[in-house]
Amino acid sequence: MPERASSVLDHFQQGDLDAFESLFRMHQRAVYGWILRIVRDASAAEDLTVETFWRIHRAHARFESERAFEPWARRIATRAALDWLRARRPETELTDRVLADLPARPAVDPGVAAEIRNKTAQAFARLPSRLRVAAVLAVVEEQPYKDVAAALGITVTAVKLRVFRALRLLRKDLERQGIKP
Amino acid sequence: MNAHDEDRMKQLLRQALPPVETDAEPARDLWPAVLRRLDAEPARAAGSLRQNWFDWALLTGLIVFAAAFPATIPVFLYYL
Repeated sequence: MPERASSVLDHFQQGDLDAFESLFRMHQRAVYGWILRIVRDASAAEDLTVETFWRIHRAHARFESERAFEPWARRIATRAALDWLRARRPETELTDRVLADLPARPAVDPGVAAEIRNKTAQAFARLPSRLRVAAVLAVVEEQPYKDVAAALGITVTAVKLRVFRALRLLRKDLERQGIKP
Repeated sequence: MNAHDEDRMKQLLRQALPPVETDAEPARDLWPAVLRRLDAEPARAAGSLRQNWFDWALLTGLIVFAAAFPATIPVFLYYL
């Protein structure tokens, strides 16, 4: 099986469309799930999955077939998601509709007031996108720091720093609104 | 912000943004859309070339600005 996978990667690297489709079928779910974790909008995640595989196809000649496909795809997906977040106006992000449509695991504590949750989500949407992506992947989605670092193309220390800065800015924003976290 | 505050903020953030389901998948087959996107590639490639031009002009402007006002470099680095 690994021999077959390696052959598909070789063919993909040479620009074979069938090999590209095989890789798409194998990895589209993982790529979609990764993007959804970042953008938290199912419709946008679908569009960005298409965009990611287009970028992957465009970069096929640069792919090193002896390396794993998924981390490479994840890195391209993260860049596409970051581009989307940067282009989006913060005030339109994480609206109630988007949050309601999101296939999320139940994690709501009735002890935390809905108003505080909403204000936290809105304050989080105002953070710089680079900080947001690191925080949402590492804190909310609890992805390993090394995976987040690889996807962002930075060190684990840099991820920890971004998460810390995101939390500090979030806390300041909430305090400005009179909320003591 | 101490370790306790950091943990509290993490907890609050998880409450505000519940994690996504691990088995989430697209609602439709995306392969036809990928093929359509590949067909439109030449037009987009030309667009990205134009965008590259703009990126280079922006970068040049930033370098000139940083050379003229070196005191602003730490501010830029902070926001990177």
